[in-house]
Amino acid sequence: MTAGSHAHGSVLILGLGNILLGDEGLGVRAAERLAQRFELPAGVEVVDGGTSGLDLIDILAGRDHVIVLDAVDADAGPGSLVHLNESAIPIGWQTKQSHHQLGLGDVLAALALLELAPRAMTVIGLVPAEMEPGLELSPVVAARLDDLVDAAVVELRRHGLVPRRRMAADHTVVSAGVDRKAGA
Amino acid sequence: MRITIDPITRIEGHLRIDCEVDDGRVADAWASGQMWRGIELILRDRDARDAWIFAQRICGVCTTVHAIASVRAVENALGLEVPLNAQYIRNMIITAHGVHDHIVHFYHLSALDWVDLVSALDADPASAARIAQSVSDWPRNSAQEFAQVQEKLRAFVQSGQLGIFGSGYWGHPAMVLEPEVNLIAAAHYLQALDYQRRANRIVAILGGKTPHIQNMAVGGVANAINLDSQSTLGIERLISIRQVIDDIGAFITQVYLPDVALIGARYADWTAYGAGVTNYLSVPDLPLDTRGTEFALPGGYVPAGALDRFRPIESFSDAYFENGVKESVKHAWYRGGRGALHPYDGETEPEYTDFQEDRKYSWVKSPTFYDDRAQVGPLANVLCLYAAGHEPTHRYLGWLIEQVQQHVGGEIPLAALHSTIGRHAARAVRCAVLHEALQEQWTLLMENLGRSDFDTYNRPDFPQEEVRGVGFHEAPRGVLSHWTVLRNGRIANYQAVVPTTWNAGPRDEADALGPYEASLLDNPVADPDLPLEVLRTVHSFDPCLACAIHMVDAKGGAVTRIQAH
Repeated sequence: MTAGSHAHGSVLILGLGNILLGDEGLGVRAAERLAQRFELPAGVEVVDGGTSGLDLIDILAGRDHVIVLDAVDADAGPGSLVHLNESAIPIGWQTKQSHHQLGLGDVLAALALLELAPRAMTVIGLVPAEMEPGLELSPVVAARLDDLVDAAVVELRRHGLVPRRRMAADHTVVSAGVDRKAGA
Repeated sequence: MRITIDPITRIEGHLRIDCEVDDGRVADAWASGQMWRGIELILRDRDARDAWIFAQRICGVCTTVHAIASVRAVENALGLEVPLNAQYIRNMIITAHGVHDHIVHFYHLSALDWVDLVSALDADPASAARIAQSVSDWPRNSAQEFAQVQEKLRAFVQSGQLGIFGSGYWGHPAMVLEPEVNLIAAAHYLQALDYQRRANRIVAILGGKTPHIQNMAVGGVANAINLDSQSTLGIERLISIRQVIDDIGAFITQVYLPDVALIGARYADWTAYGAGVTNYLSVPDLPLDTRGTEFALPGGYVPAGALDRFRPIESFSDAYFENGVKESVKHAWYRGGRGALHPYDGETEPEYTDFQEDRKYSWVKSPTFYDDRAQVGPLANVLCLYAAGHEPTHRYLGWLIEQVQQHVGGEIPLAALHSTIGRHAARAVRCAVLHEALQEQWTLLMENLGRSDFDTYNRPDFPQEEVRGVGFHEAPRGVLSHWTVLRNGRIANYQAVVPTTWNAGPRDEADALGPYEASLLDNPVADPDLPLEVLRTVHSFDPCLACAIHMVDAKGGAVTRIQAH
């Protein structure tokens, strides 16, 4: 029943949010930037989780450590860096009026029932400033995005995993661009 | 008495329902989308080949469906044919996603409206096994398995770590299942978590990854096919997909369908509630040719619940669909005054007032089909498939109705489907139909590859002059259509008319109630402070409004506010 769960020792960096709504997508943007700038050690995977709910079960199942990058609603000014340790992460079923508010908490609850919950969990995020439709981050969040990326790197180091900064020439722009060469 | 149910989740509410309750019955209702998206605006002036990449971010649950509707819209505008392999691969993604989505909806998103997990702790596992074995050959319906699940559940209750008892409706008087049936449902809830993952794995294999597939392209798919290769779509991956497909099938026919019959029969009174709008709209899907004129699953329109008046929609460019759709903003927070507009001419200019029940009260527009409201979703789809004489639909629906009749010991007419519980029944039937279609599409792909046709892509050519097109898709929540106007390969206008818009829209140009609103009329409400019955009917539509927002709430204030006043 545990087919597809991840191997021991595997670490996931999960960027969450909606890139169409400005700062709402800052977690995805940070994950993208991390993957562009750093070569990650074996066993560390970066995933763009978007706004998914239960779709993330397979991605999270059995991980040793999950580092979530996300927009965080906290009592702090826009652009503030926020760390949530495991006990501060809201877990559980909230009454769902619209069903697809199945957030991270619900996914973790489901994984706990399956005995596949990640063994450790960290959420690092920034407090968003603007979440209006648009692909751009607000200036205040854009200015702090590197701090979020660095915080993720520090978190990896804390677990003995050392990402190596890519040389400038290695920078590959991993965009969501369609493969125009397909079939051509 | 007025009840307002307004979820205060994460940042802001998304779907608000207001009900006027008299004598324990809903006398009037308003559905209000509380979040403005305006995502269409982001697409303006972008390269038409990229539209699907952004469109699939509209929703976190339905990523694939927006990608598919989007490429179909651009292809329709160009009159571009899609190679057979690409159609089959898309069709497999569509059906696997649908199977996954329907299982998740029943077990993980709505079952707890009907199933009392706390009551399951009082069940006798041996009796539960006898009940489950009397309706299904599923090997995991054993007393031992049920006892294990009960222990696991007990441990969760005792640890309190999930807080699942803080906000549920455990012990509500409208919960009528005996403890043993609640235990069966709890066990299958856990098993379903595993099976929905498997279905989604097919999407991941074909789509490159989930949650956002990468293989779509205007003109086909970006999957390179090489039967001998392990890194492209080859025999090895196709065989592994086939194994996953076969695994899931038994769960659908031996667990999901029997559970819906077992639980539905005990809530047979809910066939009398929730009908609402009985004009049903669905679109044909799973194209079997390159032009979209033949389909594995027919679709069309059934007015006023009259199956004998079914009119099919026959192709991707059938004017019957394209000309029939309009959207009204009379009661929505957009600048209006021009009457209901066709989506090609649609405007998205926000004009927020406040919640004004006689005027504007929602961010959702109100679509109509030839000026009438229409319900969309699995029920609409199944009724249209039935009316079109689709054999697997007749087979699975017949089986389900027969099972329910045995449970209740009486006749269940087809008209019982026009109801809250009918939407759950139809979704289960559709899940089985989709699964069978998935097997067929796999076979069609293999046969076509066997004929040494490896084409997956036709390059699009964009004219300088303006062209327009619609792409539609029968998504898990119903009719999804993307409407695009292109100039020189760029997007001049883009409107997405999503399934929940059809169902959750407010009153329209003629002040007629939308499907959610109409379905709530006459619903019972035993306790206005715990309006479980209202949630049952709204949830039966599988609402999907909130999907575009996702934020961790460190303040811990994510609760649904229910206000009776």
